Amino acid sequence: MLLAVLSGFLLAIAAPWLCPLFKDRVGWFMALLPASLFLYFASMLPEVAAHGPQVVEYSWFPALGITLNFLIDGLSLMFALLISGIGTFILIYAGGYLKGHPDLARFYVLILSFMASMMGLVLSENLITLFVFWELTSITSYLLIGFNHEDPAARRSALQGLFVTVAGGLALLAGLIMLGTVAGTYSLSEILNSGEALQDHGLFTAILLCILAGCFTKSAQVPLHFWLPNAMAAPTPVSAYLHSATMVKAGVYLLARLNPAFGEAELWTLMLCLFGGLTMFTGAFMALTHTGLKKMLAYSTIMALGTLVMLIGIGTPTAMIAFACFLFGHSLYKGALFMVAGILDHETGTKDVAAMGGLRGLMPYTAIFAAIAALSLAGLPPLFGFVAKELMLEAVLEAPLLQNLLLVLAVGAGVCVMVVAAVIAIKPFYGPLKPTPKDPHEAPPSMLAGPVVLATLSLLFGLLLFIPESLLIEPVVAAVYGEPVAVSLSLWHGINLPLMLSGLVLLLGIGVFLFWSRIQPQIAILREFLGRFGPEAGYFKIMEGLTKGATWQTSVLQNGKMGNYMIVLVLTTFMLTGYTLMERQGLRLWLDLGGSQVHEWMVAVLLVMAGGVASLTSSRLGAVASMGVLGFSVALVFILFSAPDLGITQVLVETLTVILLVLVLFRLPGFVRLSSTYERVRDAVVALFAGAVVTLLVLAVIEIQYFESISAFHIENSVTLGYGRNIVNVILVDFRALDTLGEIFVLALAAIGVYSMIKFRPEAKEKS
Amino acid sequence: MAYVVGALFAAAIYMMLRRSIVKLVIGLMLLTNAANLLVFVVAGMTRGAPPLIAEGASVPGALVADPLPQALILTAIVIAFGVLAFSVVLIHRAYEVVGTDDLDQMKDTDT
Repeated sequence: MLLAVLSGFLLAIAAPWLCPLFKDRVGWFMALLPASLFLYFASMLPEVAAHGPQVVEYSWFPALGITLNFLIDGLSLMFALLISGIGTFILIYAGGYLKGHPDLARFYVLILSFMASMMGLVLSENLITLFVFWELTSITSYLLIGFNHEDPAARRSALQGLFVTVAGGLALLAGLIMLGTVAGTYSLSEILNSGEALQDHGLFTAILLCILAGCFTKSAQVPLHFWLPNAMAAPTPVSAYLHSATMVKAGVYLLARLNPAFGEAELWTLMLCLFGGLTMFTGAFMALTHTGLKKMLAYSTIMALGTLVMLIGIGTPTAMIAFACFLFGHSLYKGALFMVAGILDHETGTKDVAAMGGLRGLMPYTAIFAAIAALSLAGLPPLFGFVAKELMLEAVLEAPLLQNLLLVLAVGAGVCVMVVAAVIAIKPFYGPLKPTPKDPHEAPPSMLAGPVVLATLSLLFGLLLFIPESLLIEPVVAAVYGEPVAVSLSLWHGINLPLMLSGLVLLLGIGVFLFWSRIQPQIAILREFLGRFGPEAGYFKIMEGLTKGATWQTSVLQNGKMGNYMIVLVLTTFMLTGYTLMERQGLRLWLDLGGSQVHEWMVAVLLVMAGGVASLTSSRLGAVASMGVLGFSVALVFILFSAPDLGITQVLVETLTVILLVLVLFRLPGFVRLSSTYERVRDAVVALFAGAVVTLLVLAVIEIQYFESISAFHIENSVTLGYGRNIVNVILVDFRALDTLGEIFVLALAAIGVYSMIKFRPEAKEKS
Repeated sequence: MAYVVGALFAAAIYMMLRRSIVKLVIGLMLLTNAANLLVFVVAGMTRGAPPLIAEGASVPGALVADPLPQALILTAIVIAFGVLAFSVVLIHRAYEVVGTDDLDQMKDTDT
C-alpha cells in the first residue's frame, strides 16, 4: 500500500534517466505504473464493496499523533481508480503530445509526482498527512501550469493558481488543526464517528468556514474560480489531468469525505448549496462567452465542480447517488474531451473553435469519439452522463432549502452546457473546411487511446449500468452518506419531472446552438466587463495592495534609523514585561523605608541627579563628569550595603572609564542638537515608561522569592572547600572559576580589538 | 532604591534613543550601572554585614549579605568596562572613517 502511493515519486526520480532510454516510447512505458496501480486498486473493489472500509496502518510521527494510515473505502477507491486510470492514458497521450519536447523528462517528473501526491491525498486517513499531500498537489500544479516557463502569461497563471490554492490551503490547515484539537484525534475515521459532538462545539462554525475556504479555492468555486481557466496555460495533458479530472476534485473529495461528520449542520447545507449552485451556473454560462476550446472546457469543469459541491450540500441519498455518478461520469467524458481539444490544437495549430471546421473527413476517429464524449457532457441518453444528470435534477427537486433557486440554476446550466457540448462536437468537424495554421491529419494512436477508451466507457457504463452500480457507486455512496444505501440505476425512469426538464433543456439548448454564431459575440462583451470588475480584478487589486503594503511596511519599520529600532525593541520588551507583571502581581507602589538614614538618602538623590544631568546636559565635559559622579555614587551604595569588593572594583573601573572618556570623547565632535522637540518628547515618554516598569518590577521582586537561593551552599563551604574567608572572592576564583576564565578571555578579546582598531588603519595600508 | 534604579533606566534609554553616537555610549554606561544596581537591589540590601568570614571560624556570623549576586555584579562591572572600552574606540574609528556622529546618517552600508 505504501509502495502504491510512493511508487509515483520513485518513478519520478528515475524519469530523467528513463526518457533518453526509451525515446519516443517513453509514454507507453511510464503508463505501465498507473496501469498496474489501476489493476491493484481495482482488485480491492470487490472486497471493499463486500466488507466496507479498511485501514492500512503505518506510523510516522507517533508522538504527534500523525500517522501514515491509509483509508480504503468506496470514495477513496473511486478517486484512486480515476487517478490511476486516467493517469495511464494521460501519460500515453503526453508521450505523443509532447513528442520531441526538450523538457519531456521534466514533464514526467512533475506529472508523476503529482499523481503520487494526489494518490496520497485521497488515500490518507490522517488529517495532517492529507494536508501534506494536499499542498504537494498545489505545488506540482504550480510547476505544471508554468511548464512553458518562458511564456510570461503561463508564469503569471501559475503564480495565480498557486496563490489562490495555497491561501485556501492555509485556511484549510487552520481548520484541520482546530478540527483535530476539538475531536481529540487526527484520524479521519474517528472524526467521522464524532459528528454530533463536533457540531455542538463552539468552534464548529470557525472550523467549517476554514475548511470550506480551503475546499472552495481548490475546487474553483465562485468567486475564486478565476484561476482555473487561467491554468489552461498548461500543456493539454496537464489540463486534462489536473484541472479537470483530478486535482480540482480534491476539494470536492474533502467535502464528500467530511460530509458524514458535517452534513447535519444547516450552515454546511446552505453554504454548499448556495456556492455550488452559483458556481454551476456561472461556469456553464461563462463557457459560452469563450471560443477557445480549452477555456470552454475549463468553464464547463467549473460547472461540474459546482454541481458536485451542490449535491454534497443537498445531502439526501438520491443526491449522494447523483454525486457518485456525476463524479465518475464527468471524469470520463471531460478527460476525453480535453484530450480531443489537445488533438485539435496539436493538429491544427489553433485553439479557437470558430477557426475550425470540416475536420470530420480528415480526423474521422477523433470526430466520432468527441461526439460520444460530448453527448455524455450534454447528458443525453444512452450515455452515462444522462444517468448522472437525471439523478442530479431529481436530487435538486429534493433539496432541503433554496430549492427553486437551485432548480433554475440547474436548468440554466444544463442549457448552457448543452450548447457547449454541441459546439465542441459539431463546429470543428462539420461544415466547410477552414484553413488552419497547420495541415491537419488524424492523431497518432498514443493520442487517440485516451479519448477512445474513456468515451467508450461513457457509452458502455450508460448501457450496462449494473457494472458500476454495485461495484463503484454503492461503496462511494456509503462512504459519503455515512451509511449504506441501496443503489439501483436505470436509464429509463418513466416519464417524470426530471425527464421533462431534460427535454426542456434539450429543446432550449438546440435553440441556442442554432443561433450560437450570432449570440456568442454579444455574450463575449460581458466577459470584458467581468474582466474589469470581476473577482479576478479583485485578485490583482489585492496583489498590488500587498506589494504596496510591503513597501510601506519596509519604509516604516526597516528605515535604517537606529532610534526607531530601539523604540520598537524597548516598547515591546517593557510592554510585555509590564503586562505580565500587572497580571501576575498587580501594582505595588509602597516601599518600606524604615531604618534608612540620611547619608543613604543623599547618595540616592546624588545618583538620580547625576543620571539626570548626564542625559540632559549639552556639554561633553558635563556628561563625562556626571558619569563619574554616578559611578562613584554606585560604588558608595555598594560599600554602604555590605559589598566592599564591589565598591573597590567599581572605583577602579570608574576611574579608568573617566580617563578613557576624556581621552577619546574630546576627539569627537561636541554635542549638537540633532533631534526635533517632537522626537525628544517621544523618546522621553518611551524612556519614562520603561523606567516606570523597571521600578514596579523591582518593587514587586523584592517581595517574592520563587526559588531557594543557592547562596547558602557558598556561604557554608567557602572555608571548608575553598579555603578562603572572602566568600565573594571564593565564588569568583573557585566555585565559578570557569566563568571568570571566560571573562578574562572576553577582556583579552576586547583589548585586542581596541589595539587593532587604533594601530591598524586601512589608509596606512594603502600608502604602503 | 527601586525608584533610583527606575530613574537610571529611564535616563539610559533616553540617551540610547538619541541620534548622536556619543550619547549612545553614555546611555550604554548608564544602562550598565542601572542594571548592576538592579541586581543589587533585587537581591536584598543588607547593612554592615559583608560576606566575610572571621579568622578561625568556618561560617560567617548569623546574617551576611548574599555573596552570589555580588560575585555576578563584580563580573558584570569588569565586562561592562571591556565593552565600553571597545565601543568607545569603535565609535572613534567610525567617526574618523565616516565623518559623522549622527546615527541616522550611518544607515547605509556603503558610506
